[in-house]
Amino acid sequence: MFKDTEHLIRLAVVIVILLAVFVLLRAAVVPKSFGQYGHYRGNAITEVAARTPAFAGHEVCEGCHTDVVDQKKLGRHANVPCEACHGAQGKHADDPASLKPQTPDTAVICARCHEANSAKPKGFPQVASADHSSGLACNTCHKPHQPKIEDEPKSTPAGGKK
Amino acid sequence: MDITRRRLLVLLPAAAVAWKYIQAGTPEAAPNYKIVEHWWGMLIDIPKCIGCGSCVRACSEENDVPDGYFRTWIERYHVPDWKIERPEVESPDGGKQGFPPNEISDGKNFFVPKLCNHCQDSPCTQVCPVGATFVSPDGVVLVDKSYCLGCRYCVQACPYGCRFINPKTNTAEKCSLCYHRITKGLTTACCEVCPTGARQLADLKNPKDPIHEFLKTHTVQVLKPHMATGAKVFYNGMDGSVR
Repeated sequence: MFKDTEHLIRLAVVIVILLAVFVLLRAAVVPKSFGQYGHYRGNAITEVAARTPAFAGHEVCEGCHTDVVDQKKLGRHANVPCEACHGAQGKHADDPASLKPQTPDTAVICARCHEANSAKPKGFPQVASADHSSGLACNTCHKPHQPKIEDEPKSTPAGGKK
Repeated sequence: MDITRRRLLVLLPAAAVAWKYIQAGTPEAAPNYKIVEHWWGMLIDIPKCIGCGSCVRACSEENDVPDGYFRTWIERYHVPDWKIERPEVESPDGGKQGFPPNEISDGKNFFVPKLCNHCQDSPCTQVCPVGATFVSPDGVVLVDKSYCLGCRYCVQACPYGCRFINPKTNTAEKCSLCYHRITKGLTTACCEVCPTGARQLADLKNPKDPIHEFLKTHTVQVLKPHMATGAKVFYNGMDGSVR
């Protein structure tokens, strides 16, 4: 045997204690779900998924507003989802009575899609709103849910129309 | 009621099963969602995009994106006739309020919506020193806000410029493919509001998803394929000048 065995035993004890402290600390500090799927916290996925959606989705809208669905079906806006114009209505869908959505300003909202722009696809209906309606709100003539005007009034300026 | 030896033998396994459920914690937020049955991506049909900015506005609202930062944005390309390798690209306020009219007659003009490509071999997750960002088992690149240090490695690593540091939380932020919506059976906010159907969420593991038929019958590209990131945002009708 070595002469100084006692020193080695002390050293071994210290190493064992440090190892134990490390293992205990690691168990306490590293979240349980870390490594569940990979080198990250598995619960982070659940946390990201837990948020509440702000947009209800057009299927929810169509569940109640069947009259608008019928009207839209006939026109070229048939596939335009409700919240594209009306904005996020998740809260309204949860509690329809208390939160009534406001009617969008057609002068702004229609132009976002239909204002003429050379980068837009050629077949897409576009107008230069200044020439087309000289600033009048679009819903003066067009019904947004079924935008085609059946009997076009003579007073509508034709300029800018494609 | 006395607990006999026989009763204890019955009760013990029952208690063990109950304890296992207690340890497993509360059930997930989306109980019917099976994470291994999905592999998410997106399809963007460039000839359908009208640059209205609905997707950008919806994304901001859905995800509380701070002003001036974007999880998705639209670029307007102008490719001049004789300089196809040098397109002019602009994106005023990310295209949030649409684009001002332009009177360009030469060359090609078109819109390109951009977002995180949810790469299979994502450069951004590989550089994270603390495991705060990762590709989830269903193929969505997510950020663990409580782990992120804000070191910005991932912001630099993303070849598509899809990440930013949220000035309020000082953590990395990016498109989550509306993970809180798709796990509940909804589509993403940007796809929900797109008036022309230019953006479509795609589940590549779902054999019934129309994406498979589309990929078979169309010429589809991803952005920067030479970087071999395994991008899962597919662009139909994309011009070669798009970067």
